[in-house]
Amino acid sequence: MFAATPLNRRSHRTQSLAKAVFFLMTVALVVPVLVIVGTLAVKGGPAISWEFLFTPPRDFMTAGGILPALVGTVWLVVVALLASVPVGVAAALYLSEYAPDNLLTRTINLAIINLAGVPSIVHALFGVGAFVLFFGIGASILAASLTLAVMTLPVVIVATRESLQAVPHAFREACWNMGATRWQTIRKVVLPNSVSGILTGVILEVSRTAGETAPIMFTGAAAFVAFLPESVFDQTMAMSYHLYYIATQATDVPERTTYGVALVLIAIVLLMNAVSIGFRVYLRGQKKW
Amino acid sequence: MVGAAAGGAAADVSGPRYDEPPVIEVRDLSIAYGGRPALRGVNLDVHRHEIFGIIGPANSGKTSFLRALNRMETFNASMEVRGSVSINGMNIRDWRNEYALRSRIGVVFPLPVGLPLTVYENVAFSPRLRGIRKKAELDEVVERCLTRAALWDEVKDRLDSLGSLLSGGQQQRLTIARALSQEPELLLLDEFSIAVDPVTTMRIEDVLRELRSELTIVMATNLVQQARRLADRTAFFLMGELVEIGVTEDLFEREAKDERTTGYIEGRFG
Repeated sequence: MFAATPLNRRSHRTQSLAKAVFFLMTVALVVPVLVIVGTLAVKGGPAISWEFLFTPPRDFMTAGGILPALVGTVWLVVVALLASVPVGVAAALYLSEYAPDNLLTRTINLAIINLAGVPSIVHALFGVGAFVLFFGIGASILAASLTLAVMTLPVVIVATRESLQAVPHAFREACWNMGATRWQTIRKVVLPNSVSGILTGVILEVSRTAGETAPIMFTGAAAFVAFLPESVFDQTMAMSYHLYYIATQATDVPERTTYGVALVLIAIVLLMNAVSIGFRVYLRGQKKW
Repeated sequence: MVGAAAGGAAADVSGPRYDEPPVIEVRDLSIAYGGRPALRGVNLDVHRHEIFGIIGPANSGKTSFLRALNRMETFNASMEVRGSVSINGMNIRDWRNEYALRSRIGVVFPLPVGLPLTVYENVAFSPRLRGIRKKAELDEVVERCLTRAALWDEVKDRLDSLGSLLSGGQQQRLTIARALSQEPELLLLDEFSIAVDPVTTMRIEDVLRELRSELTIVMATNLVQQARRLADRTAFFLMGELVEIGVTEDLFEREAKDERTTGYIEGRFG
């Protein structure tokens, strides 16, 4: 009575096949990550030491550490965040909560998507033209960070917009019906329930900002600065550019130093991502509806 | 005019004031969404201390009608409203501050909406919007409104837990408590019992009967028997049209003038 028809059996086979294919694809995705991290750990691990992390490079990068690059990357990321998060969150709030659905809004949305698609080297050249030359900031942390900020704005906007729209519309209606304005609704109900999602987007932006090389190489990153930056108008070393430099430009740099820099850079990014995942787990635990 | 005929309401001293000017006057109200009409040319009056029922199948325009009373077209660009709605003799479009208008109208939705705030903050939300800051005053409002909504006993020990995590029936009573915290003159209910069990429905209906002595209630429902139990007068909406209005008992005692009304009430269609 419940015997499987040929059609049932075929559906079952197809389903097993589909599952196997998807599983293999997933494994294929994990393998490069493991190989990269593994290689870096094995080859770069021995280079890591207190001296490596907390002293400047010596002898044309062949000895010493990476302190100025580490500190420079922190500067670049922080200044980029200070520039992009307020703009990005405000823009997302406008697009998600206020903007009418008209030609202008659709154009703005299209512009954001296109901004995300612009190659980073184009952002770099834009940064040189706009910040370094036109605004006369000169090659500096500020110019580099602003370039990074423009590049990562779409990340902030999209992440913020998505977390705002994840707040059910019924909550807004309920507030409006009580006589709350749009802003009161945003401040009391929408923002408090999307802030974790916004933070997740911010952290993703941090990891992207920390790793980018092209946008900073003409706008504020220097191959070698013996001192730590003192203001946003200084040039600075940066991890990503330092890695590019010792891997391709400098000579006689020990292999383990190169791998060590790459390891530290990827460790920073993975740490950021771990924080982001932590937030998401926390967010799920805090789910309020 | 019809007070005596309104069945059980006649004995009630706090019953509808048909001798006074109406609280809500709706004239030639038409609503469309992006050109698609949802309601056409509705005229009706609602009187003080009346429970005014609106029955009709889905897509008959009940919800749109309630939304127009609250000027919700502000938040929905595709909603177009024509005609006039006056509350207490004043066209609602002439209210200088539409937020003040909404703050005096309580709304209860088909699906309960517990805001993702604590039970306490759900009820204190509107008082805070009005500028009440003192803890003692807020405490008093919260307790009074939750009690009126028949929810206080169930939540008094967990006012700090999330309102959105209460059960469906509790959330719906929380929504009513929140509406009452607005100190509304007008309470709009849109199919409030759709996601609520029968026992809770009956409790809420008792609450509404008590509230009638203080305010005016407009209640859209897809349960015709609920309209019969609660409403003093009932309007029948069908496909965006007001078919007829009558004293509820008359409509249900086969005295409806339009045979579509009788057909709907008797469950022959809809």
